[in-house]
Amino acid sequence: MTKMMYRDAIRSTIFEAMEQDDSVVVLGEDVVGGMGTDGGPEAIGGIWSTSTGFYDAFGADRVIDTPISESAIVGAAGGLALAGKRPVAELMFADFIGVSLDQIWNQIAKFRYMFGGKSTCPAIIRMAYGAGFNAGAQHSQSVHHILASMPGLKVVMPATPADARGLLREALRGQDPVIFMEHKMLYGMEGEVPDGDYTVPFGHARLARAGDDVTLVATGLMVSRCEQVADKLAEEGIGCDVLDLRTVSPMDEEAILDSVEQTGRLVVVDEAPPRCNLATDVSAIVAQKAFASLKAPIEMVSAPHSPVPFALELEQAYLPSVDRIEQAVRKVTGWQ
Amino acid sequence: MQLSREALLQAYRRMKIIREFEERLHNEIATGEIAGFTHLYGGQEAVAVGVCEHLDNDDKIVSTHRGHGHCLAKGCEVEGMMKEIWGSSEGLCKGKGGSMHIADVDQGMLGANGIVGAGAPIAVGAALAAKLDGKGKVAITFSGDGACNQGTTFEAMNLAVVTKAPCIFLFENNHYSEHTGFRYAVGTKDDIASRAEAFGMKVWRGDGTDFFDVFDTMREVLDYVRAGNGPAAVEFDTERFFGHFEGDPQRYRGKGELERIRKERDCLTKFRESVTGASLLEASELDAIDQEVLDQIDNSVDAARSAARPTADDVTTDVYVAY
Ligand SMILES: Cc1ncc(C[n+]2csc(CCOP(=O)(O)OP(=O)(O)O)c2C)c(N)n1
Repeated sequence: MTKMMYRDAIRSTIFEAMEQDDSVVVLGEDVVGGMGTDGGPEAIGGIWSTSTGFYDAFGADRVIDTPISESAIVGAAGGLALAGKRPVAELMFADFIGVSLDQIWNQIAKFRYMFGGKSTCPAIIRMAYGAGFNAGAQHSQSVHHILASMPGLKVVMPATPADARGLLREALRGQDPVIFMEHKMLYGMEGEVPDGDYTVPFGHARLARAGDDVTLVATGLMVSRCEQVADKLAEEGIGCDVLDLRTVSPMDEEAILDSVEQTGRLVVVDEAPPRCNLATDVSAIVAQKAFASLKAPIEMVSAPHSPVPFALELEQAYLPSVDRIEQAVRKVTGWQ
Repeated sequence: MQLSREALLQAYRRMKIIREFEERLHNEIATGEIAGFTHLYGGQEAVAVGVCEHLDNDDKIVSTHRGHGHCLAKGCEVEGMMKEIWGSSEGLCKGKGGSMHIADVDQGMLGANGIVGAGAPIAVGAALAAKLDGKGKVAITFSGDGACNQGTTFEAMNLAVVTKAPCIFLFENNHYSEHTGFRYAVGTKDDIASRAEAFGMKVWRGDGTDFFDVFDTMREVLDYVRAGNGPAAVEFDTERFFGHFEGDPQRYRGKGELERIRKERDCLTKFRESVTGASLLEASELDAIDQEVLDQIDNSVDAARSAARPTADDVTTDVYVAY
């Protein structure tokens, strides 16, 4: 085990993959940083410091600093992948999927299917998502539910440094396009990361806390908020199973259903707005497949149906809080 | 330089307001009092003001993530903007938008924009509306040298040419997009305007650190577009005095670069020198404006600090007009 930050887990994993496999290529805006300036290449090394040192180590053919052109970045990642390379593209902010949506949705997500299964497109598209930095409506969104609705894409949302490493390694070995979503508020999170050839398979939830009374399902930043609630309520004798989904497409239905069958209660926490999001999806699956186990109506804790606001107070009210999660848990455990 | 004394004083005042607004924010942000991402416009004032002095409220502009200067030049209220950046519910956008999304449609200011390259198609739409109205009004989209690489910009330029929209594509080339140099990121290497030319537009180029060059160039551009000739493009060479965003250590800058551009390429200093040199205004008049502006900015900061804060109930207001 080695203690490291979420951002370093990501950086070191890509760096090692580049050392081991010549076909791994990084591209994105300012992934080198400083190109065409007097300060020179590597003046920055990625907006999130996730590609520092790459250019010096691997050169311009494998560390491709791009102009501001998200359609070109995602599409080029698709082309690189179809042509046998392993691109790791950076979209900087998840909100920018908007600019490149056709290339994500109609192109890389659909190649394999449309081409009769005869090709693969192992492109990784990394992006920072989530609220918490008062960055306003166009730099704070959680868009996992939108991407998860697109057949052909795998959508990965690590909540810990260990998972950031394990899931990224899995993505680098797979053959499908992967949307790798990094929560901005987690980059500085420290945690133990297993050494060696460690991967986390997609579609397997992690049991972050175990308890018998209620199942909490979450991803990304929301996992630690659920853990806080679980720890608090454990002192009162209320036991929470906290399931970190880790990947939302594929999604570990079995783990969710198993847990709900045992606890009889479900709270789903989702940072996205409430219409057609992950919370509605998980709730529908449970209502359909584990209805008989339910002892209380399902509770969904989501952001409100609004864009992400700017002001401190507003953004705090927007993000599902520990308090709101706790209230939801109390509601389902107290229901009769 | 056929401007009246009043016009000269007003132009100077507006540039000075932008500069002080940004200098003050730079200091306040360093203390940690203001949250969020802030991109300062300081250094580029002559462009915003040299352009907007030609416009009225029925002419529209669309701005960028670096929008404070464009907003102020287009007539957005200083205090309302300061309150917005502070996240107050009394702010111009009720604290919902913040620095990157300030707008005042009544002033013809259709919004700063957090998405690079998003403004150009919006400006074409506003220009098409102006064409329908037939009153000789225009729409201007401000873009950086980085934004000119987005597909949206190309698509918008072509649509404008095809529809003869009275749209002006205005490129502020400050040589950087974030931390990447213009000479790396733009394939045409030494200019952006020639791209617009390739779309079939008439183009102009000017020195964005010289108010008079911007002002005179824009007069020509606007005459051309208002006369119904369709879109045009203009590129101004300018300087960004601050980092890409506040907190940027600017390691990509050359040695002594910031000191040099502040000394040699400051549009406010240049303006001062040319108007006093030509005996159009007295230095003392400009000093008086400086002081007034400082006081105005001080007051706006005080007002922003003590302004009302939004509450949780405000989160879901203004999502729709009615739902
Ligand atoms: C679609 C999109 N991609 C990337 C970004 C991140 N970003 C914000 S500003 C910026 C650089 C813009 O450069 P330029 O257009 O030259 O304007 P300047 O900052 O120089 O004013 C980038 C890449 C963004 N906000 N939106």
